Order: sequence, then C-alpha cells, then structure tokens
Amino acid sequence: MIKFVLMVNRQGQTRLSRYYHSVELSRRAALEADVVRYCLSRKKDQCSFVEYKDFKLVYRQYAALYIVVGITDSENELSIYELVHNFVEVLDKYFSRIMFNLDRVHIILDEMIQNGHIVETNKSRILAPLTTIDKMVDS
Amino acid sequence: MALKIVKGSIDRMFDKNLQDLVRGIRNHKEDEAKYISTCIDEIKQELKQDNIAVKANAVCKLTYLQMLGYDVSWAAFNIVEVMSSSKFTYKRIGYLAASQCFHENTDVIMLTTNQIRKDLSSPNQYDTGVALTGLSCFVTPDLARDLANDIMTLMSHTKPYIRKKAVLIMYKVFLKYPESLRPAFPRLKEKLEDPDPGVQSAAVNVICELARRNPKNYLSLAPLFFKLMTSSTNNWVLIKIIKLFGALTPLEPRLGKKLIEPLTNLIHRSFSSRVLIFICFGFFKLAHKKSFSDVIVSLCYITVLISLSSGMPNHSASSVFLRISVVKYLGLLAMSKILKTHPKSVQSHKDLILQCLDDKDESIRLRALDLLYGMVSKKNLMEIVKKLMIHVDKAEGTTYRDELLTKIIDICSQSNYQYITNFEWYISILVELTRLEGTRHGHLIASQMLDVAIRVKAIRVFAVAQMATLLDNAHLLTGNMQRNGICEVLYAAAWICGEFSEHLENPVQTLEAMLRPKVATLPGHIQAVYVQNAAKLFATILKNQEGNTDSTAAQETSQMMIDRLPLFVQSANLEVQERASCILQLVKYIQKLQQKDVEVAEEVSALFAGELNPVAPKAQKKVPVPEGLDLDAWINEPPSESESEDEQPKAIFTKEEPKHSRPRHTEVDEKELARRREARKQEQANNPFYIKASPSSQKVYQEAPGVEHIPVVQIDLSVPLKVPGLPMSDQYVKLEEERRQKERAEKKKKEKKKRKEKRSGRGKKHDSGPESEEDITPAHVVDIVTEEMPEKSSKHKKKKQKKEKEEKEKKKKKKHHHHHHHSDGGGEESVQNGTVEEEEPLTFLVFPLPRKVCDIQGNLQDGSQVVVSVIFENKSDSFLKSMEFNVLDSLNSKLQRPEGSGPHDGLTVPFQLPPGVSNEARFVFTVQSIVMPQKLKGTLTFIVKDSSTHEKLDFKLHFTCTSYLITTPCYSDAFAKLLESGDLKSSSVRLEGVNMPFHHLLARICFHHHFSVVERIDSCASMYSRSIQGHHVCLLVKTSGQTVSIDAKCDEPTLLGNVLDEIKQTFSQC
Repeated sequence: MIKFVLMVNRQGQTRLSRYYHSVELSRRAALEADVVRYCLSRKKDQCSFVEYKDFKLVYRQYAALYIVVGITDSENELSIYELVHNFVEVLDKYFSRIMFNLDRVHIILDEMIQNGHIVETNKSRILAPLTTIDKMVDS
Repeated sequence: MALKIVKGSIDRMFDKNLQDLVRGIRNHKEDEAKYISTCIDEIKQELKQDNIAVKANAVCKLTYLQMLGYDVSWAAFNIVEVMSSSKFTYKRIGYLAASQCFHENTDVIMLTTNQIRKDLSSPNQYDTGVALTGLSCFVTPDLARDLANDIMTLMSHTKPYIRKKAVLIMYKVFLKYPESLRPAFPRLKEKLEDPDPGVQSAAVNVICELARRNPKNYLSLAPLFFKLMTSSTNNWVLIKIIKLFGALTPLEPRLGKKLIEPLTNLIHRSFSSRVLIFICFGFFKLAHKKSFSDVIVSLCYITVLISLSSGMPNHSASSVFLRISVVKYLGLLAMSKILKTHPKSVQSHKDLILQCLDDKDESIRLRALDLLYGMVSKKNLMEIVKKLMIHVDKAEGTTYRDELLTKIIDICSQSNYQYITNFEWYISILVELTRLEGTRHGHLIASQMLDVAIRVKAIRVFAVAQMATLLDNAHLLTGNMQRNGICEVLYAAAWICGEFSEHLENPVQTLEAMLRPKVATLPGHIQAVYVQNAAKLFATILKNQEGNTDSTAAQETSQMMIDRLPLFVQSANLEVQERASCILQLVKYIQKLQQKDVEVAEEVSALFAGELNPVAPKAQKKVPVPEGLDLDAWINEPPSESESEDEQPKAIFTKEEPKHSRPRHTEVDEKELARRREARKQEQANNPFYIKASPSSQKVYQEAPGVEHIPVVQIDLSVPLKVPGLPMSDQYVKLEEERRQKERAEKKKKEKKKRKEKRSGRGKKHDSGPESEEDITPAHVVDIVTEEMPEKSSKHKKKKQKKEKEEKEKKKKKKHHHHHHHSDGGGEESVQNGTVEEEEPLTFLVFPLPRKVCDIQGNLQDGSQVVVSVIFENKSDSFLKSMEFNVLDSLNSKLQRPEGSGPHDGLTVPFQLPPGVSNEARFVFTVQSIVMPQKLKGTLTFIVKDSSTHEKLDFKLHFTCTSYLITTPCYSDAFAKLLESGDLKSSSVRLEGVNMPFHHLLARICFHHHFSVVERIDSCASMYSRSIQGHHVCLLVKTSGQTVSIDAKCDEPTLLGNVLDEIKQTFSQC
C-alpha cells in the first residue's frame, strides 16, 4: 500500500504532504527531510526507485518539483511510477499551468488514492467532482 | 445583530486567505517563525467569531500550517465545527483539515459520529463522498462500529462514485472492527461484479488486501477472479488479481495449471505496451509457485531479458518512454523472484547481472548484488567474488562498499561454506578485504577468520601464517583512523596466532609484533586478546627453545616479556590491566626458575593445553538442567536502575562462561593458577569460537571503552594499502583451475582404467563432459556443526510410528461433528449434524455465512426467494468428490432445482474438496410465507476418493424470520409517517441484564437482525427494517440500566413476534 505522497521542490521545501498511516508530527519533518535528501541526491539518469529503510520510495521529477511516494514492499513499483505521472497529468489538465491551490490538489489526490490504495485513474472521472464543486462555488 | 453581521463582513475583507498566508511566509524568509506565530494569533481570533466563512478560512490556513509541521491540535474542536457546516465548500475544508490533523487518539472524534452519519446519508453525493474520504483517514474502532452499518448501506448506493468509496473504506472498517467483516462480506463479493469498473477495482483491492492476511477463506472466490482476470482490461486491477492468485495457488495447486493459459494470453495481449512489464512483474510474484510450467517462466523471462540487455525494449520504444534505468531495476527485481524456483535460468545470465554491478545507479547495483547471492555455485564462486573484489576497489562511498563487503562474506559463508572449495583462497580474500579503508565491518571479517580457522583444521597452518603477517603489518591497518572498525581484524589475528601458535614459523617475531608499544593505541578488548595470546605464544616459544642446549634464548624471551608487559599494566582498561599484571608476575616467576635452570616449558604450556572444539549454537539445550536449579530466579536482588549507569565497563564479569574441560596441572602455584584460570575464562568468554555466535557474544566486540582520547600519531597514507608479502587471492583462482584440471585428469585416468577392466562388459561409456557440481571436491573439509544430533533420527522414527498408530485410532473413532457455533444466532441457517455415524475420520464442518437473504438486489423484486450460501470445509485427510446437496422440501419452502429434475433430486455441488480446503456454494430456495421461522431437513452425500465409498451427512437448515429482513435505510420523516398511518400492529419485549453500551446494542441489532438506525436520542433509538415481501418492521429501543425495552410495530404480527423472539435469543446468548 501507499504510505505517503509528498510534493517537494528543489530546495527541499514541502509543498504538499499526505500520509496514509499516522506518523507523529515531530517525526514527519525528519522523515520528509530524509526522503527529500535521498531523492535530490540522485542524478537524472538514475532509476526512480530507492530503497529507504523498510519501505521503497518511488519518485519522479517534473521541472523543479519532485513527487515522492513511499510504498510498502507489497506494492507494485511500476504501477506507482505510472500513477505519479497520471497524477501530474490530471493536475496539468485541471490547472492549465501548475499553480498553488492546496485544497484543490488535495481533492484530486483524494479522488485518486484512498486508504493508501488507488481508487481512480480515469482523468475525467477524477475531475468530475471538482468541476461540480467549482460550479457550485461560482453559482 | 445587524451591526454585528456588517462588522463581520468588513472584517473579512481584511482577513488573510490561504494564498496571502503562503505569500506572506515566502516574503518573511528571515523571521518565518515570528511571522507564523502572529498568523496563528490572527487565526485564533478568527476562530472565535461566529461567522462560519471566517472560521473555514482560518481552518484552511491551519491545514497548511499543519503541513509545514506546526501543531494545530488545539483547533480540533473548530475543525469539527467547520465540518458540520451545511455549505459544502466549508464542509470540505473541515473534512480536509480533519483528515490531515486527526488521528485515533484525537478525543473530539467522538463528537463527529452523528455529523458523519448525517453526511453519509446526505442526498448530495459529494457530501457523502467527502465524508467517506475524510473518514478513511481518521476512522477509529468506535467510529467503525457505529458507522459500519451506514457504510454497508452505501455500498449499494445508486451512484458508482459513492459505491466505490464505500467499498474501499470498508477495508479500514474491517481492520478497526473485525466483527463487521462477516455481515459485509457477501455484499463486498457482489461488488466484484459491479457494472462500474471503478467499484469493481475497489472491491478487488479490498479483497486482495484481506486475502493476503488469510488466503484460505477466499479460495471460494477463485472462479470469480478468474473470470475477472480474463475479462478485465484495467491493468491496476489485473495486477491485484494476479497477486491474489499468487496467494491462493499454494492452497489449491490445480489453480496454477488453470492460470497458465490466461496469463500467456495476457502477456501476448500486452506485448505492445508497457503493460507488459506490469504483468510480468505481477507474474513473477507468482512464479515461485512450483505449479507453473517452465515455458511460461521462460517466456516472461525472455521478455524481461530483452528489456535488460537492450536497455530499451523495442516494442515499447515507439509508444512509451520508460527510462532504461527504470526497466533495468524492474527486470532485476523480477529476476530475483524467478531465482527462487528457477535458479538455473537466472544463473546462465551471470554476465548480464555482473554488468549491472557497473551501473551508475546505486539502487540497480544493490538489486544486482541481491541476485548474486542466489546465483553462486561451487563452479563460479571464485569468479564472481573476483569480480566483486574489483568492484570493491572501485566503489565510491562507504555505504556501497560496506554493502559489497557484507555481500561477499554472505555469499561465501552461505549454508556452512557450501560453495567454497578452497579455503586458502577464502582466507586470502578476507585478508584482502582488511585493506578496505573505513569499513564498519571489521568485526564481520574477524568472526569469519576465527570461524574458518577453528573449523577447518587443514587451513590452520596457512591461516596462522597470514595472521602473523597481518600482525606484523598492523600499523597499516590501524594507521589512519582510530575509529575505523577494521582493527577488529587484529583481534582475530592475535587470537589465531596465539591459539594455533604451534604452526607459527617464527613465533618470536610475532611475539615481538604483539608487544609493540603501538598496540597500546588499540581498543581495550583487542589489547586484552593481545596480552593473553602473547602469553600463549610465550609458552610455545619456551617449549621450542628448551629443547636447545642454549638456554639464553629462552631467557631473552622472558626478558622481553618482562620489559614490554608493564606497558599494558598501565592500561586504562581494567581487563588489559588485570591480564597483563597477572602474566607479568607469571613470567617473573618463570624467569626465576629459568635462572635456576629448572625446566618450566612443560608446565607453562600446560596452562593452555587442550583442543578447542566448535560448539553448536543449541548445544546448551542438550545439557540437562540440574535438579533444584531455577534458572529464572534471581541470584542476587535485581540491580536498581541507577546502578546500571555506573561508569564501570559492563560485561567483564557478567558474561556467561563456556567451560571446556582441559587437563589441569596442579604443580604450579595454586593461587597464581587460580587467577590465571579466571583470566583465561574471561578470555574465552570474549572469544566467539561459538559458531554463529549469538548476539551477546557479538556485543563483546563492540565493547571498546574510550581509547579515543589517547593522542595518536596519524599516519597519512596516500598509497593504496597493500600488505607486503600477502598472497593475492587471484592466484587461487588459477590454482583452483589447475587443481580441478588435475582432478579431472585423474578421474579420466581412473575411468580409463575402469574402462580397460570392463572392456569386455559394456560397449561405450560417455565422457565425463563438462564437470558437474558434484565433481568439484572441496580442497578442505569444514567441521560442520549443525543442530542435528545423531539420536534424533531414531526419535524421528518413533514419532512416525506413533503418528501412524494415532491415525489408525482416529479411524476407529466415531466421527465427531463440530457444530460451528457462530456468535450470530440469527444467522439464517444453522446446521446441526450430530446424528450420523461414520467410519471415516471426517469432521465435517458446515457453517453458514450469516448471509442476508436476498442480499442481491435483484431478489428484492422476487419476494419469495432466499439464497443460502454454505461453506463446506473438508476437515478430513481424504479427497471428497461428487457432493450432492439435497433438502426435503416442505409445503412452504422448496429448494430450486434445475428444470427437468424431480422434486427429490439432489443438487450437485459444483466443486470437489481436497483435504483441508473450504469452498462456498449457493442454493436458492423459494419461500411462500415468511412470517414463521422454519427448519428444513437435508442431507449431503459425497464420495471419499481413496475408499470410493458413499458417505452421508444429515443436517438441518434453520430459516429464521430475521433472515427474511433486508437492511433498508429510512428517513425520520418517512418513519414518522409510517407510524402515524396506524396500519401497524404493535408488540413489545423486555430484555433484562443486558450489560453492554447502548451503541453496541444497536450495532448488534443492526448486524444480526438487519435493521438500520433511523434516529437516536440519548438512550433511545428508533430502528427500521423491511422484509423481502415488503412488511415494515419498526422498533423503538429504550434502555435504562441493564434493562432494555423494545416496542415494535409491524403490519404482520406473527412475523413481528418471531423477530422479537429472535432478538431476545441473540441477547440471551451473550
């Protein structure tokens, strides 16, 4: 299962974090810093999987933004690798250019992952509730 | 009032929203903490206002701050407030905040139960959706128990969006409240066939996770999954299903054969996309099941191989861009899965894998290393290790180098040095490894050296020579860093040189090396070993020299000891001090004797006489505990906490002391000897000649009380470390080749001879061809110490006999039936089967899932159908087949039989049961009247495969009235209308002595009797359910103390009476 999803920038600042198992607040910061350090230190042509302590990290880089997913051993690495891309494509579809709107990103993420499992990968279905919400807010 | 509202909206204009906050934080890089603390103050002010919009905005900002790592738990109550807002945009913010901040121990969660329930039943699907999503993050056992029923209802919601989420969250609910699994499972199973692919995949997800925990229970779903696998096009689902089959195949071997075809199809189908790797990948998780044919494995294998060797698989090059490194990583991962069952096919690609060791990427290198472990054989070990050694030299970064080092040792030492044919080679590898700078694994090398030297007797001469050179060049090892772990090797070197000193070529030189002043810079525990072994050496030297006529040499040696030992007497380490002063006195005494021309060598060497034998790790178990000895009792009072903080180095006098019987000579000074013995025992305790040393003895190694503060002259070595005079391991590879060739030649010779002798006999004999594994004979023999003890085999036999006997007895015994008593008394059928006697040792466990009648919605229209699912579990040791299920029809209820069969024909159960397997079958009954409970008699006949006898089991099916009820949600206004209509007859019942919280009680009624809660006010709740024929059943449950009164209304009084009776029975059971 998926343990957490992180979005961090090149400076190592967390832009978004979502945990699917409870981690103490104090330990989150340490974990995030560690994970980011691991991923940032890797070169572009190295593979996207890092073994980190008792779980694996799957990460992808998009310009200055890194998306890091922590998974357990039982999860399929490649499917997560593709999921990250899918997620970015959805973000891209919704925000024409990546802009910061935390709760929207959260909604998208919640539509895709629940309980640490993938629920939905169809872009239009993921965005359906969001567009409805937007309409509700507009009206 | 109006003024307040105006004021509120004006205030709002000046409020910061989230964007402002983010911008603000970025603009205050220098004093971020200060800025945020002012923001938090503002937020606190905003939370105090009545305006919900302001509050929501504040909570939104808090969510962001929480993400940055600030504690916002103080605002938990405000979050709940925002959650309960009626406006969706605010509610969503509240739920988001809750899902981020709440965890199981947040106490305000208790307050949310009703709010969440309201949201779950909201007519707006997005309200429900957001509640479900939020709930999945913070569900507690209490929430799970209270809301399980609501969520279960949502699983059959009309909107797939809700169904999907409800199905997924059920997994969390099951984890928190396992009791809910049984009632929810049938519905979950239905969702596997949901028309919406999203819901389907959610159900697959949940069941796969459940099945991983306990695959046996899910075997009955195999056909369903099989269908899904062949029909589904969703790759995510496919992966999950394949994984699930991976868990199921070991339980049902036939499944594996069945899977081959669809899997091959899948692979072909997906050949053109990147899905290929997905599938292969999922598949390899399966591949370790023996049942898979080699064909399939090699097929997948080839595909992975292509991707590995060409880097970019040609079929994916066109459409997809997967980076080479990604493919490589996945390929290697997949290979490690195949390796378990098909090591041969992987082994042939050794070169490819070795190539991956050169990869720039550490992740890939580590994977490749993992593979190597399983790939070695006697034949290729030397070659592989040689390659690894090259990598060790090249490797940058200590972590990877350390990893390589441990891997080399792992590979060589696996299963009792199974693959090592030449231990001289291994020792030289170990010695070469000591040249690694800055490794942490010195102790690992040391323990290997000790292990090999102790267990392989033939190697000792060589090992001792190597260790002597190591000691001689100790400065090269310890030169650079004090903290570096490699000096641990000296511990082993000193010990080996001392213990096997009779093999030393030039003991005096070694002794001299051991007593150099530089030794004092080593960690204490190593110095201690040095001192002790110097004494051993001394004894050997005396023995050698006393044979000579010239006694001055011996006296010189004594003098050297006396000169050098005081250095150690001054050591800060107690252990070293003690040993050194002890030995110093001894040598002085010896010197005195020497001057009188007394021969002492015999007696001195008697101190260390005797042979060391490796001891199996579990040998202690073989020693019987003497009578009256309680090992658990404290000998002294347990030490208090504060004492343990004492500065005294631990583990000096507390270590267990393995005793070895050695011949003792009492001629030497008794007192001296006693002290010596003590010292020796200590030294033994520190020696890990216990094979596979237990962690406790490992610890001793690390005991290195501070020598760091001693000033050390640092030697800067820029030249790569090469210990002069040490043989290179490479030459052994060559030697080994030669040896093998020789052996082969000899063999051939022998064969020729044989052939000559047998010429008259058979015509041709094939050449030995390429040498096989077995042909390679190890050059040295390892003393293999395993747990097996000779007497075990006889024991084993006895056990077997006993077992057989038992089995016979079992067969004679009358069959005893287990009536699986399910806590759910209201389950629709209970089967009693205590009336048959059988010869077979069959314990037939038949119990129903508390399946809801007509749980399938389609049956709602047909108010006369009841579906009964029965789980058959074969508890016997034999295979059961041709099962037939038959029920004696009553006027009211009839088993639905296929058209054309007579009213008394049985139904064939569509599966066979191997021993220990359970499976589920469904039977449909038609029922006319549902107002009365009913019992049906039935029989199950089957054939036991081994004896091919027909067997029969009688049972009773109990159709309770509850089983005719279906959970149907009802809103309070509709409920009120129903009660007002006056069509309903009323009845009531009182339950005494019910000792459980009210919500437990409600949950119990909901689960076991298919009711749903309409409304709950304090200790009073209204509940509703409907029968399959459309009868309304309304309950009003009140509790005071231990008494529960239930007032009920229903349009069918008989049904109501029976339902109430059943409820009463449910509570009387607990």
